[in-house]
Amino acid sequence: MQLKPAKLINILFILFFAVVLPVGNMLGLVSVNSISLWGRYFCFAIAALGIDLIWGYTGIMSMCQAFFFCLGGYCMGMHLLLKATALQQQLLPEFMTWNDITTLPWFWEPFHGFVPALVLSLLVPAAVAFVIGYFIFRSRIKGVYMAIITQALALSMYLLFLRNETNLGGTNGLTNFKTLLGFELHKPGTKLGLYLVTLAMLCVAYGCCYKIVHSKFGKVLQAIRDSEPRVGYTAYRVLHYKLAAFVVAAALGGLAGMLYVPQTGIITPGRMDVKASVEMLMWVALGGRGNLKGAVIGALLVNCVYSYCTSVFPQGWLFILGMLYILTVLYFDKGFLGLFEKIGSKIGIKTNSERYATGSK
Amino acid sequence: MELLLKINGIKSGKWTGPKWLWPVILAGAVLFFAVRVATDSSGTYVQNLFSGISLGSILILVSLGLAIVYGLAGIINMAHGEFLMIGAYTTYSVQVFFTNVLHVQSSNWFFITALPVSFIVAGLAGLLLERLIIRHLYAKPLESLLATWGVSLILIQTARSLFGDLTAVKLPEMLAGGWRVNENLVLPYNRLFIIALTIVVIIALYRTLTATRLGMQIRAVTQNRSMSACLGINTKRIDAMTFFIGSGLAGLAGCAMTLIGNVVPDMGQTYIVDAFLTVVIGGVGKLLGTITAGLGIGIFSKVLEAFFEAVYGKVLILLLIMLFMQFKPRGIFPDKGRTAAD
Amino acid sequence: MYKKIISVARLAILLLGSSTMLLTACNSGTSKTEDAGKDSTAANTVKIGVLHSLSGTMAISEVSLKDAVQMAVDEINAAGGVLGKKIEPVIVDPASDWDLFAEKSKELLTDKKVAAVFGCWTSVSRKSVLPVFEENNGLLFYPVQYEGEESSKNVVYSGATPNQQLIPAADYLMSAEGGGYKRFYLLGTDYVFPRTANKILKAYLLSKGIPKENIIEEYTPFHHQDYQTIVSKIKKFAVGGKACVLSTINGDSNIPFYKEFANQGLTAATCPIMAFSVAEDELRAMDTEFLVGHLAAWNYYQSVDVPENKKFVAGFKAFCEKKNLPGGAKRVTDDPICWAYTDVYLWAKAAEKAKSFDVDKVRTALHGLTFDSPAGTVKMDDKVNHLAKPVLIGEIKPDGQFSVIWKSQGLIDPQPFFTLNKQ
Repeated sequence: MQLKPAKLINILFILFFAVVLPVGNMLGLVSVNSISLWGRYFCFAIAALGIDLIWGYTGIMSMCQAFFFCLGGYCMGMHLLLKATALQQQLLPEFMTWNDITTLPWFWEPFHGFVPALVLSLLVPAAVAFVIGYFIFRSRIKGVYMAIITQALALSMYLLFLRNETNLGGTNGLTNFKTLLGFELHKPGTKLGLYLVTLAMLCVAYGCCYKIVHSKFGKVLQAIRDSEPRVGYTAYRVLHYKLAAFVVAAALGGLAGMLYVPQTGIITPGRMDVKASVEMLMWVALGGRGNLKGAVIGALLVNCVYSYCTSVFPQGWLFILGMLYILTVLYFDKGFLGLFEKIGSKIGIKTNSERYATGSK
Repeated sequence: MELLLKINGIKSGKWTGPKWLWPVILAGAVLFFAVRVATDSSGTYVQNLFSGISLGSILILVSLGLAIVYGLAGIINMAHGEFLMIGAYTTYSVQVFFTNVLHVQSSNWFFITALPVSFIVAGLAGLLLERLIIRHLYAKPLESLLATWGVSLILIQTARSLFGDLTAVKLPEMLAGGWRVNENLVLPYNRLFIIALTIVVIIALYRTLTATRLGMQIRAVTQNRSMSACLGINTKRIDAMTFFIGSGLAGLAGCAMTLIGNVVPDMGQTYIVDAFLTVVIGGVGKLLGTITAGLGIGIFSKVLEAFFEAVYGKVLILLLIMLFMQFKPRGIFPDKGRTAAD
Repeated sequence: MYKKIISVARLAILLLGSSTMLLTACNSGTSKTEDAGKDSTAANTVKIGVLHSLSGTMAISEVSLKDAVQMAVDEINAAGGVLGKKIEPVIVDPASDWDLFAEKSKELLTDKKVAAVFGCWTSVSRKSVLPVFEENNGLLFYPVQYEGEESSKNVVYSGATPNQQLIPAADYLMSAEGGGYKRFYLLGTDYVFPRTANKILKAYLLSKGIPKENIIEEYTPFHHQDYQTIVSKIKKFAVGGKACVLSTINGDSNIPFYKEFANQGLTAATCPIMAFSVAEDELRAMDTEFLVGHLAAWNYYQSVDVPENKKFVAGFKAFCEKKNLPGGAKRVTDDPICWAYTDVYLWAKAAEKAKSFDVDKVRTALHGLTFDSPAGTVKMDDKVNHLAKPVLIGEIKPDGQFSVIWKSQGLIDPQPFFTLNKQ
């Protein structure tokens, strides 16, 4: 049986991150710090998959993905903080005692348990996305209007989360987590475990997205992207499809945020400002829009560059990132993946998309 | 097919509820204010109203450039805020030049000089951007959003390494202080100046667009690019000119902004989302819409801020805007007919 | 078929090659430092981390602190270094991104293995790195005034605690000498320092018999630019007489606030502003004419008249000019800059005293240490990592400097967990 190059890439990717890096860590070649760094990048990659689904495949530019990411993150953060508080034999998280709060606010109650927190960190973003999406898509807001409205939404939610009255920690957010399911978060073993869980979730998320975009449902989404009115004329309920894609994207964002928090140790509103959402779009644009691999590669690559440059060129990294964005948009319309495909076709490798293009499936 | 498109287009831009509702709400608001102002002894409501108009005029000044650029070229210019920053830094440089090189003591002259200079400098910067990047992206609004985001990152960091951290411009003597209406009510001159400047800019822009050859061509290209090209209009030149004017207006706004705020590298980011909202609510590419929306947002924000704290005022206004978009998804003054379909 | 196998092989090689590159790239820091040895002190240098935002919103304030640290390092190196070793600063840019602060501090502590880290400005950045420092037993020198309610053994807090800044300021305003003010408008940016500061101030004022209705609390978002409504509220409040503003407004919101304040006809004579976050560095940029007479409470001003300070100020200006930093010789020093500079010396002195760079030994050596800082002689507390230092109230002069109008008697001991009954 012959392996297709596309599959080979997947396998190599998984092999490298699931085997080479952990083994390297055990042999002492790779520091735990690098491991948890990659774990965090994988979270971004999951969020980027969500963006690719809604933007790359459905053609809706949603600029509030970081907000959904944070919703998931906050849900998990609330659980972790409650556990840490219980561990210190206190009734209320530290910041609440400064804010003169005597009883735990009602919306914190469900987060005592791990399972409810897990479910809620997917459910809350999805529910919020459902409500917002319903109203936005119902009134046929699209294109630029959609982008600006979601941006405004992200801004207003950001401002709201900054407030101390919301009882979510204000600017400082939630921090000082200790344990997750009894495992101490600062132990290298826990970090490696979280890394592997995140990698697994990324693979699952990728698999799900792959199934979605290759199903009939996914084809309708792409049809909406290419010509929304025509899909409407052929008696598809465009609203339902768009809404479903939006909700799935939000849930992916929530999943990513949920995995992100225990690995980072802090969640603040700073994660969901206007900039954060635009950056998420940039990852996808850079990697290759309308291509799931592109989203993953873009998220990993940009974050690597970001981490690396802020250490090595503290003064100049913004120039590098800015140039990268401009060049991508101007010259690599399909992102880095498009670039690879071009190079690949030059040296004689036929990739999937070309094969589809030539029709020789 | 075309018929379907037409129906679809009109439907999507149409408010389906009772027609009398909007005028009634508007009249109600005006009446409310009139009563408040008339019965106002402490000057609070006049003050709030003034604050609202002042904020609104700033929003209009920032958004006008954005509106014509978007209307013409379909470009969402995320770097628009950075042209504002360029205008402000130009003003700062002019001030340094006047005090250190020319040794002019009066702080009035530098500001008067800075107004046209900041327009031209920001305009030229915009022209450069248009030539280098934007012209490859016409009619690709979403891509342009990302590319200009990159541009804005670069511009901010450039300003930071050139000018360092916090800088501020001296308030010109003629604009210091305020007009004492009565014991409780002082209307600051700098804000009055900005309102006046906004009015002048609106009139000038309106005249340019309606009464000059260039304006006619700009409007023609905005309405139908290929038809205009067929009729012999050099659309590329028009694009460049429009970008020059749009960026220049941002620079002018930046210059005016030095009167009330500080000059920092990321000052443009503070206004950019609000400016986008203004443009979107007004109906993309509609000057009258932008003006109405700017004033509306300004006054509403300030009225809300008087009752709530500043943050909730801001959150509420954003929620109101989202609610508004439910009924008017294409702004206050949507395009009529087929162009509205897509 | 053959061709296909070749192409697949080619792809595999390509991918393997790029992945090894990736592995080395993402890991370059680790392997290099590990070659150099387990300890940061192996070679003839000792590494310290500098964790101040050089881009993003906080760069405005934090870049100056990075410069001050750099200057102190240069001075110490010129004088022969610490324990015979030259200090090598590792400067990173956390980009005003709170998550990145945690990431960078991990990198500094575990990969670069620095002996101490100098950095952070905002509370949230400190909170973000705190768990990292506690897990890895690092040492963070934090130079900015803060809200208290925290005292980690892994952080050296050289900025003021609430009782070293807020309480003396309130006392001064209520005293006959300060003007006997009776009505207070507490205005701040909405984050934890103003919130906690105002909570402490409010409780303190109430305990001093100020009635509740004479204290108003208000918060604005970060980067708030439009202070029209708030200033008109203050104006109405000030009509009652004997009113003042206690301002914890942060960073770039200050200029619009003061400008609006003056333009609506309020002055220091009718309603002074006592600021807790406005220092010389912020004033450098302002049009200072209409600020004259307003107050601030700090532990250091550029105008402090001690020989150490004269040397420090001249040195800082010369440093900025020599390094071609923006502003050059026009740069000024202020409270956080002074402490950022002092921190490096404190650390060096403690290391000399401990004869080691080990964190635990340095910490023990720090306790009880005295140092002739630009603000005068200061003393590390015996138990907590805080400084005992003088409190100064300054009045803004037309040239953007402060004239010290009130000085505390001797040093004020730090009190990170503020309680009313202690006062």
